[in-house]
Amino acid sequence: MDAPVSLVFWILSFIIIVSAFMVVSLKNIFHCALFLILCLFSVAGIYLLLNAEFLAAAQVLIYVGAVSILMIFAIMLTSQLASKRISQTNENKLVAFFVCLMFGLSTLVLIANTHVWRYSAQALPEANVLTIGKYLMTDFMLPFEVVSVLLLAAMIGAIVLARKETS
Amino acid sequence: MIWPVAIGELHGVFSWLYSLLESTGLSQPWLDIIRYIVLGLVVFGVLCLIALFLVWWERKIAAHIQQRFGPMRHGWHGWYQTIADALKLLQKEDILVDTRDKVVFFWAPVICFVAAFLAYICIPFGDKLIVADLNIGILYIIAITTFTVISLLMAGWGSNNKYALLGGMRSAAQIVSYEVPMVASILVVVVFVGSLSMVDIVEAQSGWFTNWFIFRVPFGPIAFVTYIIAATAEANRTPFDIPEAEQELVAGYNIEYSGMKFSMFFLAEFANGFTVSAIAVTLFLGGWHGPFLPSWVWFMGKTLAVVFLLMLFRWTYPRLRVDQLMEFAWKFLVPVTFANLILGAWMKYAGWYW
Repeated sequence: MDAPVSLVFWILSFIIIVSAFMVVSLKNIFHCALFLILCLFSVAGIYLLLNAEFLAAAQVLIYVGAVSILMIFAIMLTSQLASKRISQTNENKLVAFFVCLMFGLSTLVLIANTHVWRYSAQALPEANVLTIGKYLMTDFMLPFEVVSVLLLAAMIGAIVLARKETS
Repeated sequence: MIWPVAIGELHGVFSWLYSLLESTGLSQPWLDIIRYIVLGLVVFGVLCLIALFLVWWERKIAAHIQQRFGPMRHGWHGWYQTIADALKLLQKEDILVDTRDKVVFFWAPVICFVAAFLAYICIPFGDKLIVADLNIGILYIIAITTFTVISLLMAGWGSNNKYALLGGMRSAAQIVSYEVPMVASILVVVVFVGSLSMVDIVEAQSGWFTNWFIFRVPFGPIAFVTYIIAATAEANRTPFDIPEAEQELVAGYNIEYSGMKFSMFFLAEFANGFTVSAIAVTLFLGGWHGPFLPSWVWFMGKTLAVVFLLMLFRWTYPRLRVDQLMEFAWKFLVPVTFANLILGAWMKYAGWYW
């Protein structure tokens, strides 16, 4: 990586880590949601650095444009969440911290011990939208369809839960 | 040194300026930095000019539809009325409510304006007159404009006012709903061109005006109409302006804002109105293509014609109710746009087009 790219990478990483920490530590849950948006947006920036423009746009469109807005919506509609300053921790926080620490450390050890990555970090071809589309419709057809069915099931489930019984 | 302007085309001016910059002998990183700063300032200036003009134009159209004259006193037919208004807003006291959420309240108008500004990076204002021809062009514009929703939600929450909160929530529900038919209408064109790049989409419509996507019967006109409806809702304009429905919500999400912060929301709203019209022109009306006149004149003319259409909607149609709005989006627009998308994809596959 040349100097400007690595500078951008470090700035983005810093924003991602700080905002992710804010998401799990702030008392005001609306601020947490906003920091989550910042975090996900910076991840889209990392995708851009890897030349995956389509992935970056999809990340912004889906996570920032839909998922986070749904969360904020839920927060605004839930009156117990809206006004209070709530604590994000409970009596299990030491155990949880330990588990997370172990998980993080083992991931770090794995990354540090992997010397040969399966896929090289060379630049992606231009116009990778076409390539992604082709692979989704051929090699990865089954996972793609399964995900669609899963989303449909989630949607129907949400409608069933939200519907009032009219007998 | 070659004189830049080839019969009214503007891109020559920029390449001439860049060659001037290169002749100073600066190194490449500095050249890039200066170029991006200058381009950013140019786009910012264009955006402000367009927004100021559209505010004046909207007031004139509204006035003439209501058999009034509108602003008449400052200059010819009040042409610098909005400049005076903007200067007045700049000097006004920034009234702040004590119960506001300080950080969220401050950042909401900033994010709203930046989102509107960033979309202009990818609009082809004319032949070679685009800041960055990204290969995900249209998707980038759709993605970056979703920040508008977040800024409206932030404004609604940060104001700590029930009208503002309701306005923010309504706008979020509306924009998220209407994004689906809007993207589905855009996809019809993308399927036909086989590219997301704005320049490629415009190039695919070159030649005689029957090549424009609005004239590719039957899916073209359907996609154009559904896009215009969805875009009106995206830009929060009447008949879909329930986020700021004056009679119900006073002014919706921006009720607690005043002075400069209010004017940022206001400018961003008009900038977004121009953006959705520019997308309509790029996708369906042949972009900058047209005979005799320079390309940027054609682009601006077509875009302003679409803006005029949106303004006619605004001043002649009544506002929809919230439930009607949602039913219209999910029960009518979404099925129609998806059926149209399937039809378009099938015609492309079968080769039934010209």
